[in-house]
Amino acid sequence: MKARLKFNKAGSMKFIGHLDIMRYFQKAFRRAGIDVAYSQGYSPHQLISFAAPLGVGLTSDGEYLDMQLNSTLPADEMLRLINEQLNEEIQVTSIKALSDESKNAMSIVAGADYKVSVKDGYYVCDDFTAKFAEFLANDNITIVKKTKKSEKEMDIKPFIYHHAFTLAEFNQEVGRNYEISVADEYENGAFVYMQLSTGSVDNLKPELVMDAFCQSIGVEYNKFAYQVHRMELYANDVTKEELEQGKRNLVPLEELGHELI
Amino acid sequence: MRKLALSDEILLTVEKPARYIGNEVNMVKKDLSNIDIRFCMCFPDVYEIGMSHLGIQILYDMFNRREDTYCERVYSPWTDLDKIMREQNIPLFALESQDPIKEFDFLGITLQYEMCYTNILQVLELSQIPIMTEDRTWDHPIVIGGGPCAYNPEPLAPFFDIFYIGEGETVYDQLLDVYKESRKNGESRTEFLQKAANIEGLYVPIFYDVTYNEDGTIKEFKPNRDDVPAVIKKQVEMHLSETTYPDKPLVPFIKVTQDRVVLEIQRGCIRGCRFCQAGMLYRPNRERRVDFLKDLAYKMLKNTGHEEISLSSLSSSDYSDLQELIYFLIDEFRSKGVNISLPSLRIDAFALDVMSKVQDVKKSSLTFAPEAGSQRLRNVIKKGLTEEQILTGARDAFLGGWNKVKLYFMLGLPTETEEDIEGIATLSDKIAREYYDAIPKENRKGRVAITASTSFFVPKPFTPFQWTRMATSEEFLDKQRFLNGKMKEQLNYRSIKYNWHEAELTLLEGVYARGDRKTAKVLYDAYKKGCLYDSWSEYFKYDVWMETFAENGIDPYFYTSRERSYDEVLPWDFIDAGVTKKYLMNEYEMAKSDQCTPNCREKCTGCGATKFGGGVCYESKA
Ligand code: SF4
Repeated sequence: MKARLKFNKAGSMKFIGHLDIMRYFQKAFRRAGIDVAYSQGYSPHQLISFAAPLGVGLTSDGEYLDMQLNSTLPADEMLRLINEQLNEEIQVTSIKALSDESKNAMSIVAGADYKVSVKDGYYVCDDFTAKFAEFLANDNITIVKKTKKSEKEMDIKPFIYHHAFTLAEFNQEVGRNYEISVADEYENGAFVYMQLSTGSVDNLKPELVMDAFCQSIGVEYNKFAYQVHRMELYANDVTKEELEQGKRNLVPLEELGHELI
Repeated sequence: MRKLALSDEILLTVEKPARYIGNEVNMVKKDLSNIDIRFCMCFPDVYEIGMSHLGIQILYDMFNRREDTYCERVYSPWTDLDKIMREQNIPLFALESQDPIKEFDFLGITLQYEMCYTNILQVLELSQIPIMTEDRTWDHPIVIGGGPCAYNPEPLAPFFDIFYIGEGETVYDQLLDVYKESRKNGESRTEFLQKAANIEGLYVPIFYDVTYNEDGTIKEFKPNRDDVPAVIKKQVEMHLSETTYPDKPLVPFIKVTQDRVVLEIQRGCIRGCRFCQAGMLYRPNRERRVDFLKDLAYKMLKNTGHEEISLSSLSSSDYSDLQELIYFLIDEFRSKGVNISLPSLRIDAFALDVMSKVQDVKKSSLTFAPEAGSQRLRNVIKKGLTEEQILTGARDAFLGGWNKVKLYFMLGLPTETEEDIEGIATLSDKIAREYYDAIPKENRKGRVAITASTSFFVPKPFTPFQWTRMATSEEFLDKQRFLNGKMKEQLNYRSIKYNWHEAELTLLEGVYARGDRKTAKVLYDAYKKGCLYDSWSEYFKYDVWMETFAENGIDPYFYTSRERSYDEVLPWDFIDAGVTKKYLMNEYEMAKSDQCTPNCREKCTGCGATKFGGGVCYESKA
């Protein structure tokens, strides 16, 4: 059967890249004695896959991993066994069962919530909040997207679904109930919450938004100045027809699963 | 949250930040307020290599079993971070606590190969510890070196406070106790070192002086005070199944060279190949009990989650219970998705059976290490592997479905002639013929693929070849070219691929393998001129090294290309490694007359290692 794990990533674990996190989990499952299914052949590997890979340097409360299991234990038991094998900077927060026909997490990601903070010791501008709000008030935000072959202009505004500067406001905007977080807190208080289009089709990275913001206020973009924290990953839970009509119904990936019994 | 020594910005700038953050699975955490001794263990090469080393894991585990001691780790920062640390004056730190190493009590550096010597100076300098032992005070850690290269510590003598000669299990506890005592009693650093020098197996270089003859050879090597021993005795652990072994080894986040559980099945080797230093240093051969190993394999896999297990030893086929052990590993773990990575085995029915069980026959290859191309030269080096054994082994494997063969040879062995070199090509060809002979055309799955690799022979201390001359780079290159030509003349040359090594690095390895204290200055100067990571060919600066030798008036060929006489004082003569000089001389003489001697199980040749009181030397008598 299939199961979906939600986990967070904080502290020094942000320096461990996506493939290494995968290997980290594989080893943790083995230590925990989780009955993960293996591929066939001479060098069998565990059947697990991640939703949207998180870049090095980013932290998260909303990472997902899908796995194929031969047998299961009660969810809280499994949670305990796995978390005992993980360090304090990476912990699994939920395990859900998936129906066999459900698509893997990677293919359904459609949106993500982020908190982007200016790190201590860095300065971007005075009145960060006001300037950022002003920046997002534009009807379109055109950036130049460079690929290996060409440069093309692109309006990223439609891919910024929501934003807010306080958690309460953001909760209301996105209809969620965020409370605790593994995100680092920075003293300067300059940060922004954003819900962005994510996934294989229209993937908007928060770094790109910050770059565009800096350009708009005439400040040089320093990629080290921001801590990007992912809060949640969403799937677009609509029918094919609705999708064609451009409808959007973002549901956190964990909610597509059901209780593991 | 753990505080890291490096800022986010630095960690996000350098390649593979996971090298510097620690916190790996099974990392030992201790409360510093209960600790008397802080020990930092260093492997002076990049993290991925250092983390793959079993010895460090053994010592890390052993030290941390002491309640009063916290052992942490450090590896050489890669060149990108090296630059940043120098620019920003960041002291090198230990992975566990992220604290500066200069605040530790001990810095232990493992000496695994000569080409990492400049990295040792890098570690000292980045740690902001004085590079020279004479400049250090109680404010600095005691810098101690161990491992195979400590058997000729002289090229590193000015940089180390202590060298540990032998296996770490034996006298470290004593040393740490003496240290605690000394600090408590307010003794001076020199007083402490004097006490350390009187622990068997420990060499404190500042207490010894060297004088030289006019021709540059050593006149005399002796203590400069009378309260330290004149001879340093190698330490060996005789009870390998009773010693500590890390049943919870560290598991790195990033892929390292040996990303698996490593089970050390025995130490030493009964074969006594004459070029092999490890085979001499780790005498006598001692096996671990198979039940001990089975239990360890189980625990280590459980505690690491590794998907692979391998066996470590010099000549695994000689381990008495090998079949039992390997079949156990296969039966017990294969179904749980654990890969059994096989040690190089003598190719026989057993080897072919296990290979077919654990490897994809189509992809895997057979490995032979004949080391020399002719039977005569194999006798000279005492490599007990006959052409017939190789050809039969290959034939059986071809019939079993294999068609890839890897062969390892050395160029520049003592007494080597063109005929011996040509032998490498003809042996490769004979193996190819064996394939076409054994497998009828219609059953062949493509061509046979033979890869022959040559490395260059470097004479090492405590081997019968310690007196021999090493070929020059030009000679090595000529040999290589000659062999390459001979390869092309073979009937099946299209089935044979010839791989070779770079010659220039070998010269340096040769100098530092048998160097004396004078070569330390060259090392220091070359490092100061930017030599670092010499074993990485992209960083190896041959010209700078040569220039530095010249500036110091030192001829590298004095150390490499010179046949030494038996009465010359060798830089490592003050070390008693168990094997006697008389035995080594006898073996060298036998080599010169193309003769083998029996291995330890066939017949004891009286090398001197019986004095350690156990292992293979006593097997037959038990
Ligand atoms: S004393 Fe004899 S048996 Fe023991 S290691 Fe030496 S040669 Fe081998």
